[in-house]
Amino acid sequence: MTPLSGYLLVSALLFCIGLAGALTRRNAIMVLIGIELMLNAANLNFIAFWRFSENPETMTGLMFAVFSIAIAAAEAAVGLALIITIYRHFRTANVDQVEDMKG
Amino acid sequence: MNLPFAIIAGLTVGSAVAAMSLRNMVHCALSLVLTFAGLAGLYLQLNAEFVGFTQILVYVGAVSILIVFAILLTRSTEPKDEPTTVTPWIGIAVAVGAFLTMAAAVLASPVGTRLAAPAPEVSVRTLGQKLMTDYVLPLEVMALLLTAAMLGAVIIAMKDKEDSR
Repeated sequence: MTPLSGYLLVSALLFCIGLAGALTRRNAIMVLIGIELMLNAANLNFIAFWRFSENPETMTGLMFAVFSIAIAAAEAAVGLALIITIYRHFRTANVDQVEDMKG
Repeated sequence: MNLPFAIIAGLTVGSAVAAMSLRNMVHCALSLVLTFAGLAGLYLQLNAEFVGFTQILVYVGAVSILIVFAILLTRSTEPKDEPTTVTPWIGIAVAVGAFLTMAAAVLASPVGTRLAAPAPEVSVRTLGQKLMTDYVLPLEVMALLLTAAMLGAVIIAMKDKEDSR
């Protein structure tokens, strides 16, 4: 059986890959994919800590992960709708070219 | 560290790197599907069957289809050779710094070496009973949120008739 630190390291790695993508990619859809990766890394942490907890019968981490997946689905739907509207308005989905509110 | 965990973890991390670094966005979306499937495998390894199958239904099924549709709807006719990133070294340096911090914290913590208790008896039946008793208020709030998000997404993406550009 893999110790808890293995799962935590995989989760940290996924989070940082998502962070790097969200910070560097120009396309707004790629930024959203990076955010999805970070959310999934957090979910993996919830499940891992639940499995390795003292009394997993209470199922707290499991419930939190289920609700977190639902929130992430809602976030993805609204985010992609926003990106499609931005594309229609500015004719581009690159975040560095949408600068109408730049001071 | 056993072999199935190593294989699934390597697949997940590798496809995540591919999803964030490939040029063609359709390839990125396909790599993302692999990442989500690998995460579902990790959940199954952790005896969280319900969450694993929810992950497959919601992420591998719905979210990736949504992302592919968004990519197709916003595909631009710009030249292919423009850069896909802005200031890549700063972002990568921030991410590497964050990873080193988290890895040091995980490796220094005594929790990390803890071994799992024998597999808990968690059936979908008990999960459903918990959702209908202890967690009924979060469940209803979640239903409200999903309805609001659905209406919001439709209204945001709707074409306005009067402002035809």
